[in-house]
Amino acid sequence: MLSPADLVTIPLDDWMNAFVRGWLVPNFRPFFRAAQVPVSNVLNTLNAFLLWVPMLVTTAAFTLAALRWAGVGTAIFTLLGFAFIDMIGYWPETMTTLAMIVTSVLFCALIGVPLGIFAARSDTAWKITRPVLDIMQTIPSFVYLVPIVMLFGVGMTPGIIATIIFAIPPIVRLTNLGIRGVRHDLIEAAQSFGSTRWQMLWDLQLPMAMRTILAGLNQTLMLALSMVVIAALIGAGGLGLVVNTGLGRLNVGEATSGGVGIVILAIVLDRITQGMGEKGLGVGPSLARLLGGVFRTRPLPDQKTPG
Amino acid sequence: MHPKLSVRHLFKIFGARSEEALERLAQGQSKEEILRETGAAVGVQDANFEVAEGEIFVVMGLSGSGKSTLVRMLNGLIPPTSGKICIDGEDVASCGAARLQAIRREKIAMVFQHFALFPHWTIAENVAYGLKIKGIPAAERRAKALETLDQVGLRPWADARPPQLSGGMQQRVGLARALATGPQVLLMDEPFGALDPLIRREMQDELVTLQKTLKKTIVFITHDLNEALLLGNRIAIMRDGRFVQVGAPQDIVGHPADDYVSAFVGDIDRGRVFRAGDIARPPQSVQVDASHADVLDFMMRSGRTAVYALDNGRIAGVLCHEDLVGTTVAIRDHLKPFARTRPEVKLHELYPLAARGLPIAVVDDNDTLSGVVELDDLFACLAGTDSRPAPAHPPVTAHQQTERLDAQPG
Ligand SMILES: Nc1ncnc2c1ncn2[C@@H]1O[C@H](COP(=O)(O)OP(=O)(O)O)[C@@H](O)[C@H]1O
Ligand SMILES: [Mg+2]
Repeated sequence: MLSPADLVTIPLDDWMNAFVRGWLVPNFRPFFRAAQVPVSNVLNTLNAFLLWVPMLVTTAAFTLAALRWAGVGTAIFTLLGFAFIDMIGYWPETMTTLAMIVTSVLFCALIGVPLGIFAARSDTAWKITRPVLDIMQTIPSFVYLVPIVMLFGVGMTPGIIATIIFAIPPIVRLTNLGIRGVRHDLIEAAQSFGSTRWQMLWDLQLPMAMRTILAGLNQTLMLALSMVVIAALIGAGGLGLVVNTGLGRLNVGEATSGGVGIVILAIVLDRITQGMGEKGLGVGPSLARLLGGVFRTRPLPDQKTPG
Repeated sequence: MHPKLSVRHLFKIFGARSEEALERLAQGQSKEEILRETGAAVGVQDANFEVAEGEIFVVMGLSGSGKSTLVRMLNGLIPPTSGKICIDGEDVASCGAARLQAIRREKIAMVFQHFALFPHWTIAENVAYGLKIKGIPAAERRAKALETLDQVGLRPWADARPPQLSGGMQQRVGLARALATGPQVLLMDEPFGALDPLIRREMQDELVTLQKTLKKTIVFITHDLNEALLLGNRIAIMRDGRFVQVGAPQDIVGHPADDYVSAFVGDIDRGRVFRAGDIARPPQSVQVDASHADVLDFMMRSGRTAVYALDNGRIAGVLCHEDLVGTTVAIRDHLKPFARTRPEVKLHELYPLAARGLPIAVVDDNDTLSGVVELDDLFACLAGTDSRPAPAHPPVTAHQQTERLDAQPG
C-alpha cells in the first residue's frame, strides 16, 4: 500500500532538536535560569518553614481553618488525616508536597489573575488568550515535561514550573468569567460617577468577581495536586517521589502510602478552599471570635496563659 | 435664559454600517427598513431639545422607543453617532475622555431603573461612592453621605446592606447616591419603573417635594404617561427613536400632535393635568354700584347668567340673573358668596367649589380677580371637547420642537 511517507518524510524530531538545542537553549538559557529564581526562592523558604513548624501546630492551624470555612466534619477529618500521615511516617514528604503546591498556586494566582483581568478588558484580549488556554488544557500533562526539562533542566523548580503551566488555565478563565459577569448596570453606575478603570476594578469588579476567582483558585489547586506525581518524574520531591519510587521498586506498600497522603491532602485543601469560595474570604472578627472561643474552652481563671 | 442642557440633531445608530444608515434616514427610510437592509438598529434619530435650569424634562415612550439610549448619551455612557449635547454650552460628545470624566464627577449624576446599588457595600458606602471616586477622605464622605441619607429619610439604615432594603428604599439610596456629589443635572432612567404602584406614587410625590428645594435640572425617563404628566414641566413623546411631540403637559393632552399621541392621551384624567388658569376666562365684571339695567344688559351681551361684582377693585360677590329680574332691590343686596381659587390649582381640586353651581373666581397674589372659571368650560375641558380659543402658545409638532423654550409654569 502507498502511504504518504513514501512520498514525503518530515524530520520533525530533527527540526525540534535544532530549534530547541541549537537556538532556544543557547540563546535563552540566562532567561530561563533567571525565571527559576523567584520560584525556587519561594519554594525553598516555604519548604524549610513547613518542615520547621511542629507537626501539631500545622495540624491545629489546618483544623481551625477547616472549622472556619468547611465545617466540623472536615475539621475532624483534617485532624485525623494529618495524624494518620504522621503515624505512617510521611509527614516531611507531605509538607514538601504542600510547599510545592502552595508555591505553584501562588504563582498561578500572581500570573493568572492579572491575565484574567486583562482577558476580561476587551474581546480582542480574550480572543488571543482563549486558544492559548485551550491548547494548554488539551496537551497531556506528560508532554509538558519534555520542553520543560530541555529549558529548565531537572529538579524541584522545573517540577513546579511544569505544575504552574498545567494548573494556570482555570484561574485565568474564571477570573475572566467573574469580571465579565458583573452586572452591566453596576458597571454603568460606576462609569456614570466618573470612575477610572482602576477604580472600577478595585471597587467593583474584583470584589464582585471574588467568589468566581476563588472557585478558579480551587480548580487550579486541584490541578496542581494532580501534577504532584508527574512532576516527581523530573526530580520534584515530596509524596510524588514516594509514589514513583514505590512504583519503580514494585513496592506496593510504599506507593500506596504516598498515594494515601496525597488523597488526604487533596481532600483537606479542596474542602477548605471551596468553603472560602462559598463563604467569602472574610477573616475579620468571626475568625478572631472563633480562635478566642477555641482557646477559652476552659474557664479563664484556671489558666493564666492560654495555648 | 441660557439652557442648562441643549441637544442638537442627536443620532444613535447601533451596528457597523452607521454612516449608511444615517444617509438612509435622511432619505426618509423607516427604522424597520434600515434594520432589514443594513442590519443597523436606529436607537435615536434627530433628537433636539433644551432643558432649562431647574426644569424637569420628561421623555416618555414605549419600550424600545430609544429612551434609555437617549439618556445614556447625555452622560456619554453611549457615544452618539452624530450630534451635539451641550451642558452649560460644553459639548459632552466631543470633549475627550478626561473632560467627560470630570463632568461626570462634578455636574451630572444618574439614577437607574434597577437601582444598581453595590451589594457588597453598606448603604452609606454606596451613597458616598461618587465622593470616593473623587478622592474625598473617608470621614468627610461619610458625613456627607449621612447628610444626604437624611434628605431621603434613610439615615437609620446607613450601615445596612442593599439587599436588606425594600425596592422603594433602595431607589431612595440610588437617589441619595446621585445627590451626594451635588450634581446640577440628574438623569433618571425609569427610576420608579420597578416599584409597586403605591410606592411609585409615594416616590413621585417625594421627588416633587425634593425638587422644590433642590431645583436640579432633571431629565426623567418613563413609559407611564401619568407619571410624565405629574412630574414634567415639559414632556417629549418618543416613538421609534424620534420625538413626536414636545410640550407642557397641557399642550400634550389638550393638543396631541398626531393619532399616536391621541391614543395615549385618551384615558388620561384631564382634571389632574389642566389648571384653573388654563380654562379661566378673562375677568369681565360689573361695579357693585351699577344699576339693575346695566347689569342685566351686561349679562345679555356677554351671554352669562352670573357675573362678578367689584367694589373698589376688590371682589364683592356674584350676581345671578334670576335674582335680578323683576326686583328693584339694590344690587348690593343680591350679592352671593363666591368661591375663589388660584391659577395653578388643578381642576380636580375645583370639584367641591363647583358644586355651588356658580362660576369660580381665579385670584392673583393680591387677591384681585384675574379670571373666572365658568362651569361649562370646566366640564368641556374634562370631557375633552374644549372649544375655547387655542392657548397663547400653540402646541409643538415634531418639526418645530426646537424652537420651544417658553411657557414654563413657575
Ligand atoms: N447595544 C445595542 N445594540 C443594538 N441595538 C440596540 C442596543 N441598545 C439598544 N438597541 C436598540 O435601540 C432601540 C432603543 O432601545 P432603548 O433605548 O433601550 O429603548 P427604551 O429604553 O425606550 O426601551 C431598540 O430598538 C433596541 O433594540
Ligand atoms: Mg429603557
